[in-house]
Formats: sequence, structure tokens, C-alpha cells
Amino acid sequence: MGLIIDDVSVVFPAADGRPPVSALSKINLTIDDDEFVVALGASGCGKSTLLNLIAGFLSPSTGTLNLGGHRVEGPGADRAVVFQKHALLPWLNVLDNVAFGLQIQGVNKAQRYETANKFVGLLGLDGFQKAPVYKLSGGMQQRVGIARALTCDPQILLMDEPLGALDALTREKAQELILRIWRDTHKSIFFITHSVEEALFMGTKLVVMSPRPGRITHTFDLPFSRRYLDGMPARQVKASPEFIRLREDVLKIIFADEEASA
Amino acid sequence: MTQVTPSPRPQAGLIARLSRARPTKPGEIYGVPGQGNTLWLSAFSIALFFAVWWLVTAMGWVKPLFVPAPMTIVTKFFAVWNEGFTGTPFLSHLMISTVRVFGAFLLACVIGLPLGLAMGMSPVMRGLFDPPIEFYRPIPPLAYLPLMIIWFGIGETSKVLLIFLSVFAPIVLGARSGVKSAAIEQIHAAYSFGATRWQVLRFVIMPSAMPEILTAMRVGIGFGWTTLVAAEMVAATKGLGYMVLSASQFLQTPVVIMGIFVIAIIAFAFDLLMRFVERRVVPWKGRM
Repeated sequence: MGLIIDDVSVVFPAADGRPPVSALSKINLTIDDDEFVVALGASGCGKSTLLNLIAGFLSPSTGTLNLGGHRVEGPGADRAVVFQKHALLPWLNVLDNVAFGLQIQGVNKAQRYETANKFVGLLGLDGFQKAPVYKLSGGMQQRVGIARALTCDPQILLMDEPLGALDALTREKAQELILRIWRDTHKSIFFITHSVEEALFMGTKLVVMSPRPGRITHTFDLPFSRRYLDGMPARQVKASPEFIRLREDVLKIIFADEEASA
Repeated sequence: MTQVTPSPRPQAGLIARLSRARPTKPGEIYGVPGQGNTLWLSAFSIALFFAVWWLVTAMGWVKPLFVPAPMTIVTKFFAVWNEGFTGTPFLSHLMISTVRVFGAFLLACVIGLPLGLAMGMSPVMRGLFDPPIEFYRPIPPLAYLPLMIIWFGIGETSKVLLIFLSVFAPIVLGARSGVKSAAIEQIHAAYSFGATRWQVLRFVIMPSAMPEILTAMRVGIGFGWTTLVAAEMVAATKGLGYMVLSASQFLQTPVVIMGIFVIAIIAFAFDLLMRFVERRVVPWKGRM
């Protein structure tokens, strides 16, 4: 059934003498099961607003969101969010952080540790179960965040610039890890990024957004993540002429937006 | 080839040299304000204090009535320890004051922490309780001590209540601002797992408020000891504050100073305990 965003607009009311802001205008987007949708765009284009809508932290001014046939009305465990940072609980160790969602849902200790351990292993964190999260590197913290999001078996993962705070090397490794996890868990993913290369490499569908009002201006279907998962090395995928051509096209669109709004 | 000439340096006067940042040793970070170990300087400062004290008394520069010799204080301590003060054993004075301060402190925690959390969580609670707390908070306890006595008499109630009030405000305010410590991402993460407001409070907001709560408790108990002497000013027959005040009326300066030291040592010991608790309970403080 997937996620269906139907003609959604968000208007932030006037404040401090400023006129109302149209944060999102007439968004139509479908995220099918097993699809990896990446949103890209200049700052202020409403990417995060869109993610907050899907997560249920924000209600649309007009239009509807449906996930698996149910209307989205507030946050719920069928959608899990991976944040850029600051979202782990430093007073809990790795295992308890991963098991946090299950604890919220009242799953008993033995069962939630069993499930959590599975995802700790999947994210390559074995041996760190008892480690305090504040002592982990940024990349490992992000893997804890992803493991935590997966434990409650959501239909869709919402990732808000999850790799934005990582260094370039860790970031490329994490991209590949997320793709493998996406393949193995069959979740649909909505992924926000500022990096064009990351967007092209990871998504099966790319939506380019544009500010004032926030809207989707272009949609691309992408073949690259499949190529990587079929065995082509990541750098080779990213260095292919087709990839580079599309990267430049998308950059042109985004820079044109920047100049139009500047 | 061009001649390399040293760039002209500004004339380094004494003040310019002193106010310039110094290069750091390995392991330090350049330019961090106030970094460095102070243990030896603190030990030196304490030693200097006692040395000067000893010197001015030993040389007879100050009359013992004003500043008794350090050893007199120690001797007096053992004398009071053995014989008591005004007919009451020293440990009774100590006990009653400790019970007053910690009783008031526990009461302030039991009432103040939930109230502070509620004020942080709910605009209704904040609107209702902010004015009275902000009204009385800056008033010195001595100013409303007479009211306490008029309303609650000269028994234990008014004494404990006075200390309670001085501890209560910092604890409420600490818990209240602690509510703001949780990152919005942590709160959103909990909600996205389907948490109720109560679960968010229990599993995210309260743990993340712990560092501020512990700091508030430290500050609060400090206020408690500060208020102790005021609380024992009227109609007390026991207690460290009473001991100090009544000794001063009989010009027993050694007992006054001894009492001050005892209060300082207990307060400091508890502060050390709280710091230890802090390291155990919130080792993550400031690290994420």
C-alpha cells in the first residue's frame, strides 16, 4: 500500500508582523513498499517539514497522508525516525538505546533484548552492547540510531540527514551499510540529504524540492543503488558517466533555484 | 633570492607580555580560559591562611578575644566534645542541626522536584506557581523569620520551615529548567515509538534533567546551611547555630570559630558526596 501524500500544503501562520509562510505547497508523492525516496533541495525548501508531516509531528494545513491505508494523524510506531544527531539517550548503554522503542511499547526485558541484539548485530555493533553511547564515534552513534529505528518493525524509515554530521569516509561506508540494510529488511525509506552524490547513489526515486513555496519541482527514477547492490563497487557506480551527468544536471537545477531566490 | 628578514615585532611591554596567550603544553588546548591544575595553589592558599592566623596570634598582634590561636580552637573542640555546651552534648547540637537542615532539604526535594518538573511541563502550573516563588525567592530568610514565628510559633516547625523555604526555591527552579535539557530529537524519537506524554516525561525528560537537578540539590543544601543560624536564632536551646550565637553573647570566640568550622566541614563533606553521586549518576553530563 505504501505511503500516499495527497495534495498536502502547510502554511505557517503569520508571526511577529511577518506574513504567513507557505512551507509546502500541493505536495503529491507516493512512496511504495520497498522504495527508497530521497529528497534534495536548497535550505528552506521544506524537506524537513515534509519529513515532520510523515512522522506525524506536524499536521498538514490541507490535504491528507495515508500510510498502509490508514490516515496519518500523529506519530506512531509504523514510522521510525533516524535523526541527524542528539537523538540517543546518553544515560542508556547501546543495547538499551536500541531496545528503547520496544521498552516504550511495553515489551518485556528478555524479549526486547533478544530483538535488540539482532539489530545490534545487523548494524555491526556486536561487542558494544554495554558501551555507553556517549563514548562512541559519530558513525557508531548513527548506527545505534538506525538499529533503534528498526527494532519496532516500522513500515517506513524516515531519515533526516542521518549522515550529515559524519566525516566523508565514514559517510560513504554508512551509505553502503544503509543500502544493504534496506535490501535485507525490505523497508521503504524516506531520506533527506544535502549531498547530490549521496542522493543519486542511494535513492530509487529522487525528488528535488524548491523553496518559497516549498514544492517538488523534479522527480527522477534512479538505477544506481540497484547497481551497487548487484555487486558493482560504490566508487565505480559514482564514477560512471551516467551518474556524473545526472549529478551535474541536478546541481544545475538546485543552483538555479538558489539564484532565483537570492 | 630574497633576504628573509624577521617581521618586526610589536614592542613587548610587561603588560603586553602578561596579557598575551601562552603556547600550551601537549595535552592542553590553546586558549581555553582558566585551564590548569589548581590543587597545589589551593593547598598553598589554605596553608598560608593558617600560617598567617598562627603568626598574628603567636606574636600577640591581635587579642585572643578577637582572634584566638588555631590550637585554642582545637582544644576547645575537644573540650566541647567531652563536656558539651550549655549542658547539651556536642553530638546533640550536631544532630539536631543536621536533622533540621536535611529534614528541610528532603522535604524541599519531595515537594520541589515534582513541582519544578510540573512547572516545566505545563504552562498552567508555571503560570500559577511562578509568581509566589519569584516573589519570595530574593527575600532574605531573616526578613520573614518574624512572620514564621508569629504564624508557627517558636518550635521546630518555624525553624524547619525557614530552612525549607530557602532550599525550596533553587530546587524548584533547577527542576523546572532541567525539563528543557532534553533535545527535541530525543523527545521526538520517543513519541515516534508511540510514547505517551507520561512515558516521555519518565524515560526522556526526567533522566535528562538529572544533571540540573543534582546541581540544584547542591545549591539548595548550601542555602540550607546558610539559613541554619538564622533559624536557630530564636528560642533554640540546641543546635550548631544556637551554639555559635550563644557563645558570641558570652564572648566565647573559640566556640564561635569552632562552630563555624564544624558547619563548613559538614557542608563541604556533603558537597563532596553530591559530586561523587553526580559522577556516578550522570557520567554523561555535558558529553552528548
